[in-house]
Amino acid sequence: MISAFFIFNQKGEVLISRLYRPDVKRSIADVFRIQVISNSDVRSPIITLGSTSFFHVRINNLYIVAVTKCNANAALVFEYCYRFIAIAKSYFGKVDEESVKNNFVLIYELTDEIIDFGYPQNSEIDTLKTYITVTDVVRSEAPEESSKITTQATGVTSWRRQDVKYKKNEAFVDVVETVNLSMSAKGTVLRADVDGHILMRAYLSGTPECKFGLNDKLVIDKNDMTGASDAVELDDCRFHQCVKLNEFDASRTISFVPPDGEFELMKYRSTSNVKLPLRIIATVNEIGTTRVSYDIVIKANFSNKLSATNIILRIPTPLNTTSVDCKVAAGKAKYVPGENVVVWKLPRLQGGQEHTFSGLASLTSTTVRQVWTRPPIDVDFQVLMFTASGLIVRFLKVFEKSNYSSIKWVRYLTKASGSYQIRY
Amino acid sequence: MSFRAGPRKGENFELSQDLNSEYRDKRKDAIKRVIASMTVGKDVSGLFPDVLKNMQTDDLEQKKLVYLYLMNYAKTQPELVILAVNTFVKDSDDPNPLVRALSIRTMGMLRAEKIIDYLCDPLQKCLRDENPYVRKTAALCVAKLYDLKPELVIENGFLEQLQEMIADSNPMVVANTVAALSDIHTAVTSNPGYNPEDPAIFVVTTNILNKLLIALNECSEWGRVAILAALARYKTDDEKEREHICERVVPQFQHVNGSVVLAAVKVVMIHMRGVHREDLQKQFIRKMAPPLVTLLSSPPEVQWVALRNVNLLLQKRSDLLQNEMRVFFCKYNDPLYVKIEKLDIMVRLAHENNVDALLSELKEYASEVDVDFVRKSIKAIGQAAIKIDSAAERCVNVLLDLIATRVSYVVQEAMVVMKDIFRRYPATYEGIIPTLCANLDELDEPEAKAALIWIIGEYASRIDNADELLSMFVDTFTEESYPVQLQTLTAVVKLFLKKPDVSQALVQRILNTATKDCDSPDVRDRAYIYWRLLSSDPAAAKAVVLAHRPPISLARTTVSPALLEELLGEVGSLASMYHKPEETFIGRGRVGADSVQRKGLDADDKLATQRALQTVAHGQQSENLLDFDDVPDAGVSQPFGLAATTAIPQTPAAASLIAGTSTNPLDDLVSIFGNTGNAMAPTQSQNSLGGLAFGNGVGSPVSAVPQSGFGSGVGSPVSQKPQDDLLGLF
Repeated sequence: MISAFFIFNQKGEVLISRLYRPDVKRSIADVFRIQVISNSDVRSPIITLGSTSFFHVRINNLYIVAVTKCNANAALVFEYCYRFIAIAKSYFGKVDEESVKNNFVLIYELTDEIIDFGYPQNSEIDTLKTYITVTDVVRSEAPEESSKITTQATGVTSWRRQDVKYKKNEAFVDVVETVNLSMSAKGTVLRADVDGHILMRAYLSGTPECKFGLNDKLVIDKNDMTGASDAVELDDCRFHQCVKLNEFDASRTISFVPPDGEFELMKYRSTSNVKLPLRIIATVNEIGTTRVSYDIVIKANFSNKLSATNIILRIPTPLNTTSVDCKVAAGKAKYVPGENVVVWKLPRLQGGQEHTFSGLASLTSTTVRQVWTRPPIDVDFQVLMFTASGLIVRFLKVFEKSNYSSIKWVRYLTKASGSYQIRY
Repeated sequence: MSFRAGPRKGENFELSQDLNSEYRDKRKDAIKRVIASMTVGKDVSGLFPDVLKNMQTDDLEQKKLVYLYLMNYAKTQPELVILAVNTFVKDSDDPNPLVRALSIRTMGMLRAEKIIDYLCDPLQKCLRDENPYVRKTAALCVAKLYDLKPELVIENGFLEQLQEMIADSNPMVVANTVAALSDIHTAVTSNPGYNPEDPAIFVVTTNILNKLLIALNECSEWGRVAILAALARYKTDDEKEREHICERVVPQFQHVNGSVVLAAVKVVMIHMRGVHREDLQKQFIRKMAPPLVTLLSSPPEVQWVALRNVNLLLQKRSDLLQNEMRVFFCKYNDPLYVKIEKLDIMVRLAHENNVDALLSELKEYASEVDVDFVRKSIKAIGQAAIKIDSAAERCVNVLLDLIATRVSYVVQEAMVVMKDIFRRYPATYEGIIPTLCANLDELDEPEAKAALIWIIGEYASRIDNADELLSMFVDTFTEESYPVQLQTLTAVVKLFLKKPDVSQALVQRILNTATKDCDSPDVRDRAYIYWRLLSSDPAAAKAVVLAHRPPISLARTTVSPALLEELLGEVGSLASMYHKPEETFIGRGRVGADSVQRKGLDADDKLATQRALQTVAHGQQSENLLDFDDVPDAGVSQPFGLAATTAIPQTPAAASLIAGTSTNPLDDLVSIFGNTGNAMAPTQSQNSLGGLAFGNGVGSPVSAVPQSGFGSGVGSPVSQKPQDDLLGLF
């Protein structure tokens, strides 16, 4: 399995190095530096040299590298790298060179705990935080306390402490949907789907059993033959490890004992009847070889009680653009030469409203005429209390021995960042 | 102060002073600095005794840091490590389970001969610890110890103890025990001295199976992967049992961790082989599809792992993901490795009903910036044309549109693809030949040139100015690359056979140039063959040069059936990423004679043996395998009956074929055509060659020409045989 774990910076300096198995030497780091970091031609995240394989993931100019010497489980190695990043983020915010340097002792402690002899162990953030702490506060070294921690770390519900107590029992559910769209120049939808995440913040005492219900078509159709048509077809669901997968497989009920605090309860995917919150109509014409005209209309396609916020359109311009003359009725539009795009920012768009951007890009004449590839227009936005898939949380029931009453909150958010693409 | 006469100044000296400071904070800070120096690769082994003094502490963080240091330098300071033993042994009795686990975990990592003997007693105790956290750590420590000194593990009965621990009440302990046992098992079986007759270290029995299935639902995600890996190794002939395993594993498809999903897919794929109920098989496949698609919304690296595996799964079960082509459409900002894999899968999923969407998508990609991706997209258009008859015309139209863009690399790639389409649908699209010829001047890559020349030669009778076009290439003959030379030579001969009156002079000229001024033995030999054929028996020449060629088709699999089965049992692993068996990149990148033989037995005929030989070639290559995009396509040629790739490497040309430097089936085809544009009827050429080429004592390597010539015509790989015959002639 994982024989060694390294973190490199952009220059190829080793920031963290941890060997897990005796089959590699520390100097293997040099091989990675020479073969990958200083080689601009590497285009693949796995490099095998002889029988040594390097798996790397890049984040903020850092290389997170795992080394193996066997026919390793590639999926596991990459999942682990991303888990490490998630853990690091949760411990010290941003994962970049500075934070890694500042927290190297902590990172060593973590890497020691989450992998043993190359096999990933416990990587539940909440549990880790109970015995690997950031602050220099003298830790409770009482054996009874540690006993509790270790029992939890290995127990059937490794994600939850036993003695959680709250005055007010509350649970917050956030349904966050990311819309992926790619629309052709003719306005037909090539691909539209929704990646949904249901995040939960549970502040519940004791060991609560939760049951969670959605307007899942498969469940609703089964129980209710009258044909409530607002049910959503979910293509696939994936759950946090606290969810009992057997029960879901058998009856599609989602029941679980939640971890304490924030966690991602489930992910889902839906491809049918996706409601596109924003409609973009783009007319882009190349006039001769020196000018390009833009005419872009954005329209909010949802109830006028709601509104979209933080809308950012990235409108590509040819590489040889010198300036762009932008006219907008709302928001701000600005040409960003470094990225070859015009960025049009709209702070807010009420449902039903529409706005227009018109612009004219001037190009320098070039000797070699290169065809402009016309990359797609990219739109980022957020719409609160709206789900593109139409998903609704029907209930969240909490059962606990002491039978307390609990308050539940539900929020919906649909957003896009880098995945809502319109060709023209 | 240190007793050793170290340097009296410098960083290490200061550190050593601080390590011996009377203040706790200062000492701890110094340890941190030592670790920092260690990380950047400075040698701080000299501080060993100073660091060691700080081991005895109540501060857990400090203890961990000291342990980290010890793990690094224990090997270099074996005599001093012994000083640490006491603390370790004491810690393994600490009331705090975290400390107990830490000490046993670290001791296993020290790798110093002297300390190992002291490890056994604490390990014995920790394996029976009341705390599961300690037990799970101890389980893995057995694997560590086995790696160091297997005798000790056996003497102390740790293996038996591990076997018992599979029944532990705690799922995490079970998972780690399974991981440790599997680790030891692999270590034993991969040992060169391993005798397959020996009793296996870890056999998954029915009894164990049930315990694993129970633990599976309760343990952590990583534990699940370990348990699923063990389930994949379970062997049974009982169909009911296999069904049961699949049913118990299927819920894991819903797990959030991609590696659990793929591990579950692996188990189901393995045990499904023994399930004969059609409906059950269908049901498993149906449940497998959505989670695989969901993996596409993971980070790009995980996506890539999923895509490579989907590619394999589709070769086995083409009904998986039938209507899901759209989800594989490339996003503009996908990394290249993801895009290329998606392209391949899209072509696999293409059928009559969705080919229009595919084509418009591919056309879109052909206008992107990345040259590699553009070329692959154009190739994919060709593949779609070859795969779906009814869409061929639309594909050709798209290609013509692309040629009209006059972007150099687009035109050249389209040209190569066109040639394949002509091969697949002979005499169907002659109308577009003038358009292709109009782009003659744009071509500067040998492959594209060779493709166009092949087209001209093939359709010489329909192209009025074929002789003019070809004479342009004859003029520059000696400056061209060898594939172009070979292709020109053949095309001119074809032209002569079709229109003898206009090209008499041309053929004379090229044969002269090729035999006298050319440095490539392949080209010279081919020219000699043609010359003899033409001068002795024009009818035979016609039969050989203008022989009927079987139409090409798209390979459904890129690996042999036996290898495919093996790889499906490796879903999620590196082998599945490379589509190559494990032996090719593990263990000095070489395949032992035994495993070659084993593979030979797997398949029915010689083919597999030859593939294994190829694998050896790849294995040697992979020694320096940086760019593993070059996944060899061992199986590509097989369905076409083009034996060229199974030839034994003797000439540079053949060797490069064997090396299979591309992932694309068509690539291989092209390179084969490069050498064998003129497929000869085997019987004839065999006789005439024997008489002609060698009778005249051509002073060139024997095997060069016949190899490529024969193989392509024969239809089954018998390249070995003709060579023997030829050698017999001497």
